[in-house]
Amino acid sequence: MGKLRDMLRKYSKPGYYDKYDYHWGMTIDLDRCTGCEACVVACQAENNLPIVGEKLIAQGKEIKWLRIERYWHGEYPNIKLTFLPMLCQQCDKAPCEIACPVSATYHNQDGLNTQVYNRCIGTRTCAVYCPYDVRYFNWFDYQWDEPLEQQLNPDVTVRERGVMEKCTFCIQRIRQAKDTAKDEGRRRLRDGDVTPACVQSCPTGAMVFGDMNDSNSRVSKMAANSRGYKVLKELNTDPSIVYLSKVESDV
Amino acid sequence: MSDYLEPRYDEVNRDVLQTMQTSPAYWRALGLSFAIALILFVGPWVYMMNVGIGVSGNNRSAVWSTYLSNFIFWIGLSHSGTLLSAVLHITKSEWRKAIYRSAEAMTLFSLVTAALFIMVHVGRIWFVHWTVPIPNQMEMWPNFRSPLMFDVMAIATYLTGSSIFIYMGSLPDFAAVRDASTGLRRRIYAIMCFGWRGTEKQWHTLHWAYTFFAVFIIPLAVSVHSIVSWDFALSVVPGMHQTIFAPYFVTGAIYSGTAGIVSVMYLLRKYMHLERYIRTIHVVNLGKLLILLSLLWTYINILEIFTGWYSGSSFEYEQIKYKLFGFYAPAYWEMITFCAGVPLLIFFKRVRESWNIMFAISILVNIGMFTERFLIVATTQPRKFLPDAFGFYSPSLVEVSIAVGSFAVFTTLFLVFVKVVPCVSIYEVKETLKPLRRAA
Repeated sequence: MGKLRDMLRKYSKPGYYDKYDYHWGMTIDLDRCTGCEACVVACQAENNLPIVGEKLIAQGKEIKWLRIERYWHGEYPNIKLTFLPMLCQQCDKAPCEIACPVSATYHNQDGLNTQVYNRCIGTRTCAVYCPYDVRYFNWFDYQWDEPLEQQLNPDVTVRERGVMEKCTFCIQRIRQAKDTAKDEGRRRLRDGDVTPACVQSCPTGAMVFGDMNDSNSRVSKMAANSRGYKVLKELNTDPSIVYLSKVESDV
Repeated sequence: MSDYLEPRYDEVNRDVLQTMQTSPAYWRALGLSFAIALILFVGPWVYMMNVGIGVSGNNRSAVWSTYLSNFIFWIGLSHSGTLLSAVLHITKSEWRKAIYRSAEAMTLFSLVTAALFIMVHVGRIWFVHWTVPIPNQMEMWPNFRSPLMFDVMAIATYLTGSSIFIYMGSLPDFAAVRDASTGLRRRIYAIMCFGWRGTEKQWHTLHWAYTFFAVFIIPLAVSVHSIVSWDFALSVVPGMHQTIFAPYFVTGAIYSGTAGIVSVMYLLRKYMHLERYIRTIHVVNLGKLLILLSLLWTYINILEIFTGWYSGSSFEYEQIKYKLFGFYAPAYWEMITFCAGVPLLIFFKRVRESWNIMFAISILVNIGMFTERFLIVATTQPRKFLPDAFGFYSPSLVEVSIAVGSFAVFTTLFLVFVKVVPCVSIYEVKETLKPLRRAA
């Protein structure tokens, strides 16, 4: 009986839901964000995001793993603008993961919410279930005009039509860093070994990326900031991204 | 009803079997609906498979489209046939016997049409078999936590169950066709009726098995649409994330299914000359059922809005506001008028005894129910939480064409059915006749 109970516990709560090898997380300081969209461009270049063209953007069929949401406060002329960079929150209790009938999206040992393009059959349920609207679907097969196809990242898959995709926290860079660490004989990655494209390109340093399991990492210290909050926390999705709210200066 | 003369045994056989004879008008109707199905359904679908799902009106926030609302609509339409037939069988309602065969056929073909819509919906149809737990070399298994997975299971079970149910109920009638025909046709029906000879033992076994299946089908029919509702209700999307969804969907399904039966009965009666079998009592009883379901549906609709309001969540408020007064508000009020308002007319005896008015009401109810399914997809998922990501959804030409074409697919299948299987149960109609008239 005891063995059976152990098995049941193991099955109902796999270890990686409370204990990850790493727990990749990010903090975004909204006070520093200028809305320059450098991160958006960097993401597009790094992850082979298709250039869908003017017509499809007008129809709302764009693919932008990272987008800058704009929120206006007040009436003209006392108007204020807040930017909210919105990307996959890599939720620990992700609504999208239960939705997929073929397990194309699942939680991996690094606490990442992973999308397997080859497994996806395109029911798009994950995108409906995602409260953050950060999943993007390949409505068509997209072409890269010459010479743009030469700048495709060889480390990242080019997705075919009919599959879902989303931010991966630049998983190819995480893999690369792990390989390098292994070659150098280190068991774990050091803080700062991995930098996703968006974090790397942010001119104001608003984004910080790192391992939340390591309490001494820069990201853990930033996340402990009293300005920190998680978007739509009441849904209990447990996101891995902590936003630091904007400081109101005109009190 | 006073001028109604009960048919004799031989007349029942003759009248029902004559519906299986083909006429030029039949071939024209079949050819037309087949052509429409090819042009409006298959054509755009093949085009979409080759180009991508993007040819539909989807966009980033409205990732689900009318394919899913059509899917729910057809599943809903499928709901009354077998369920009603099974419930009426175990409650021993005599009036069921003339209508149940075509009602069950409607179930079957609506389900087939609905299943087609899943195929239309998915992005990579060439991998759709991955949703079925087939052992494979990749050692990949479907995700049993997914409501879509439950859906595949539920629909497959329901489809299997209701096809066995209808086939089993037709066995003595296949034998009747065999006896009335010659040549190749006779041989085919001899195989189809499993050598039915009408012995006491065979009748006994048939009745036992039939009742068993009737009891088996009822919980299945309720579970299928509950599971379809969980596709929506298990998300966290405001307007979908409600516990009322399962009973809401089941009620709606039986409601639209019953209305669908009234429409099909009307057409069968009119164009197949079955006035002596499908009688006013049938439309009156179906009308009473319709009004009950209509009131239940209205109640659940009020409850849905109440729950949203009572939640106190601003997202739910926004959702209700958009549904009641937003862009699609005319569609919403149209639905309320057709599904909650118009059926109240059935309270009048004159209305429920008139085939023509009941036919009109049944069509209006199904238009309303179609709208309901459209609204579930069009008003909720494009407007979830983050206002910046709010989108707008309207169907594209391809979607409209496929939706219209699906009716032709259904009609084609149904037209083939009425010539292969007697659309009124011969042996069970005979059971209802008064003994006096039984003599030939």
